[in-house]
Amino acid sequence: MADEQVKLTLVEKLGRVDRRIIFLLMGVAVLIPLLIHYTTTIPASLIVQDLFDKVESLPPGSKVLISFDYGPATEPENQPMATSITRHCFEKGLRIYMISLWATGPRQATELIDGIITPEFPGKVYGIDWIDLGFKAGGQGLINTLLSDFTAMYTTDVNGRAIAEFPMMAGIKSLRAFDLIYCVGSGQPGNKEWIQFAGDPGRIPVGGGTTAVMAPQLYPYYPKQTVGLLGGLQGAAEYEAALMVKYPKYKTMSRVASEKMGPQVSAHLVIAAFIILGNVTYLVERRRQKKRQ
Amino acid sequence: MEAQPILTSPFAASLGMWIGGLLTLMILSFLYRDNPFYKFAEHLFVGISAAYWMVVGFWTTLIPNLIARLWPSHMGGILPSATANKPELMYVIPLIFGLLMLARLSPKASWLSRWAMAFVIGFAAGTNFTRYLQSDFVSQIHSSIAPIYSPGMSVMGTIGNVFSNLVIFAGLLGALIYFYFSKEHKGVFGRTARFGIWVLMAAFGATFGYTVMARISLLTGRMDFLIKWIGGIFT
Repeated sequence: MADEQVKLTLVEKLGRVDRRIIFLLMGVAVLIPLLIHYTTTIPASLIVQDLFDKVESLPPGSKVLISFDYGPATEPENQPMATSITRHCFEKGLRIYMISLWATGPRQATELIDGIITPEFPGKVYGIDWIDLGFKAGGQGLINTLLSDFTAMYTTDVNGRAIAEFPMMAGIKSLRAFDLIYCVGSGQPGNKEWIQFAGDPGRIPVGGGTTAVMAPQLYPYYPKQTVGLLGGLQGAAEYEAALMVKYPKYKTMSRVASEKMGPQVSAHLVIAAFIILGNVTYLVERRRQKKRQ
Repeated sequence: MEAQPILTSPFAASLGMWIGGLLTLMILSFLYRDNPFYKFAEHLFVGISAAYWMVVGFWTTLIPNLIARLWPSHMGGILPSATANKPELMYVIPLIFGLLMLARLSPKASWLSRWAMAFVIGFAAGTNFTRYLQSDFVSQIHSSIAPIYSPGMSVMGTIGNVFSNLVIFAGLLGALIYFYFSKEHKGVFGRTARFGIWVLMAAFGATFGYTVMARISLLTGRMDFLIKWIGGIFT
């Protein structure tokens, strides 16, 4: 009897565990895999592979518009997506046009330029192979205008140079000039708006990556309205995996998304353990209450 | 290469790391309890975000798309590429609308901003209506009515495809019936509605799972930053 009371008290205590203990355990669960560099490789799912195959099918010289519709707040999820698509596009000899619907986007584009394009692809020439057109306000209104007249909104690049100076801008009259629109987004305006205001009315292939929070809202657009989607960090890791299969040299290079999937595994185990614990303590307490009645 | 590195000197990079690291700790301190350090970091973030969006919007949209089109000859020191252009007087209209928007700052003249607001709301409602109708209604119905069996696939592909299409069909039907309230949820109709609830629950569960994954990703990003910051102090 005494043993049973001790056990029940313990269950009660577990049921009322201080939320700060949970935060602490979550922190430890995330920290340890980072310190020991625990990495997981996830094979590409169909929705990610389709996007990869779409990029793979484009002939060299094709035009890919990458829209940086996110900011530092979601950088851990979004930046690996931008990195992977940039590597893939340049491996295929595609031309990259960077724009942003978010004011915080150009900063992320600059991070990509400094961290990936300049060191890894020194042979790629600004204005011929890639261009940074910067941010414009307007959200879906901007996309609407770009669909009919690109130069009405983008008269200069991000540094204020007239776009007529750049050879790769010749022939860009509207969004229909692009072979693929790739939006790296984390909210509104973002992936949804690119599908609604460019992909569907303009019959332009639209794909991209988004934060895990947004992903469930965007999956219904696949496969008819979007060619593929990277859902959160997992989607980014899957794209990295697909890139490694096709281009093995990336096995030895930085794989940011795959490296951050280790903490995902341990943190999810902690959450699952607390969900089970919460349910068990709830059931035990309910049983006790019934006995008392 | 046109774009310049953001943090050009080691001192600037180090200062940036210290500011970022300390502000991260201030925000994380809320997990223990609310405190003045958290409040300071929160207010700083809101203020800087608002100012950043305003400044970037001014220099990347207002200057090249409005001012440079109205007074290109005055852009010499700001946007040299625009000086050769001719003034486009049509852009006086958005200028007037923009100024009307600022009338909100004066209580007596604030009613003038309604003209600009009416234009913005009218434009947004008009464009959004057609696009949402096409992409989120007609196209979604079209996507939902998929043939159960599609020829030309492998055996495993066919099995997976048929199963997937059956789940979509049954799930859609159940969820739609759950929201149909003109008939009492009894018998087969009631059981289908109950299945619809389970489908909705599964959808909410998946959404919650994705949200958890997103939050852990962000925590991982911050932890990674803190490791680099603290590691940099001791190396």
